[in-house]
Amino acid sequence: MTKRIEFLRITENKRINKDLFTLELSGSERIPEMKPGQFVQAKIEGSPGTFLRRPFSVHDVNYPQNTFKLLISIAGRGTEALSKLVNGDLLNLIYPLGNFFTLPKKGQRILLVGGGCGIAPLLFLAKYLKSNDFIPDILLGFRNKERIIEYDEYSEAGKVFLTTEDGSRGTKGIVTEHPVLSSEGYDVIYCCGPESMMKAVVKYCRQNRIECEVSLENLMGCGIGACLCCVVETVKGNLCTCVDGPVFNINDLKW
Amino acid sequence: MVKLDFSIGDLHFKNPVLTASGTFGYGSEFDDFLDVSRLGGIIVKGTTLEPREGNAYPRMAETPSGMLNSVGLQNKGIDYFEKNIYPVLSKYNTNVIVNINGSYIDDYVALAERISRLEKIPAIELNVSCPNVKKGGMAFGTDIGTLREVTSAVRAVCSKKLIVKLSPNVTNIVDLARVVEEEGADSVSLINTLLGMAVDVNRMKPSLSTITGGLSGPAIRPVAIRMVWQVAQAVNIPVIGIGGIMTAGDALEFFLAGASAIQVGTASFIDPLASVSILEGIEDYLNNKGFSDIREIVGYINKSH
Repeated sequence: MTKRIEFLRITENKRINKDLFTLELSGSERIPEMKPGQFVQAKIEGSPGTFLRRPFSVHDVNYPQNTFKLLISIAGRGTEALSKLVNGDLLNLIYPLGNFFTLPKKGQRILLVGGGCGIAPLLFLAKYLKSNDFIPDILLGFRNKERIIEYDEYSEAGKVFLTTEDGSRGTKGIVTEHPVLSSEGYDVIYCCGPESMMKAVVKYCRQNRIECEVSLENLMGCGIGACLCCVVETVKGNLCTCVDGPVFNINDLKW
Repeated sequence: MVKLDFSIGDLHFKNPVLTASGTFGYGSEFDDFLDVSRLGGIIVKGTTLEPREGNAYPRMAETPSGMLNSVGLQNKGIDYFEKNIYPVLSKYNTNVIVNINGSYIDDYVALAERISRLEKIPAIELNVSCPNVKKGGMAFGTDIGTLREVTSAVRAVCSKKLIVKLSPNVTNIVDLARVVEEEGADSVSLINTLLGMAVDVNRMKPSLSTITGGLSGPAIRPVAIRMVWQVAQAVNIPVIGIGGIMTAGDALEFFLAGASAIQVGTASFIDPLASVSILEGIEDYLNNKGFSDIREIVGYINKSH
């Protein structure tokens, strides 16, 4: 897939909750084909302290409308500047970057596990799986009910299960404590979320011999494999999260 | 047509915009964005005798107008380079220069011998200024005696043009540049990164796994320009300016201060097209100012007009 550098126009900036918002972007040219797990590197204007681009997973793609969405968590001044963009503003992106989740085999039972802002690539993945005749279950974990994001769209692609750490909605606890994990006997788990959550899921998958891919969000410099800053330790040595990932099969990770 | 070419001895460069080692991969990372052959040259990722995994993550931290890195020369070693990377590099119609690194002088010598046998590599950049490796690296470039020894040893076996990349982490860079010239280097490039450090206040730990790292980006540019200005007046070999060049204007500061060429580094991370934009901007500037040859502005501020 050829990478591009271009300006996209903001067509919607929607606040999800205190920390999260989505940006919908529209291309003046036809947007390229993208796959779930891939990401963009956004140039941040209006934040003098922000020097490098910021990576964001592709959250949702609408080819007929020539738009796609990013789900962004306000984590610092750079993302705060992005949260202030309004319709018509331009955002410079390098995209599409990185590898993508691999499709399961026919007949495999699939679970998507996401937490916090890490659910970003999972909506795109859920829809992509559905369009390829797979019906995934989707397990979403949040700290409390204030942090939950609306998941109606996820429900269209598969059955959604919910956990909150304080039990204010859904099942109380963390994702790996949800009973659906053991009752359904999944063959494949796709996971993206905070590192602690992903590590718990990886441990669960290893113990139960479940195939698993995780999407990592290491600190990145360039996003195109030039700076070698975003490496993760794997059985093949240090690999760049930006070009060899962000999606890794857990058999390759030294976690 | 403005003349943009420059030479190191009899090695000709079509223009003076090169890309800095460690910031441009092996060129192919940028193929989707620009025609690498438009550049005067590329200095590929630092290469060592043996493969190196580099330092542990985290190896990067964003800082005001720049970044710290402690990649630690991650590369697959010279054997892999010769077999798998070198054949691909020859597709570029530009000067491909290899940056070499070692823990011992013998490593540098062995690497220089190997690279000297590669027909399509016209020059070596001797990296005696990497701040991110435990052994060697910057140690070679901050001590005059060691710098003399390594430069002399490499010169003896290097049949290619020899560029020595200088460290800014010294008291007087001019002394080091003079030594390098005396020992037969064909050019000096400066500056490598400045030794720096940042602390992650939330985690209450150093931001980098190695604690200290190399600072690059616009934050270091004034230091780089000062050093280029000093060195250019002290040596008779071409000086290649490096340090926080983001725009053509930044690059022109280096030329006016005495650089014969420049390397674009960290800018390529943020704008993969930076090197080509800078090249075009330099040409526009010369046209607008009525110069016909970039040589007319090299060291311009040091001459009486």
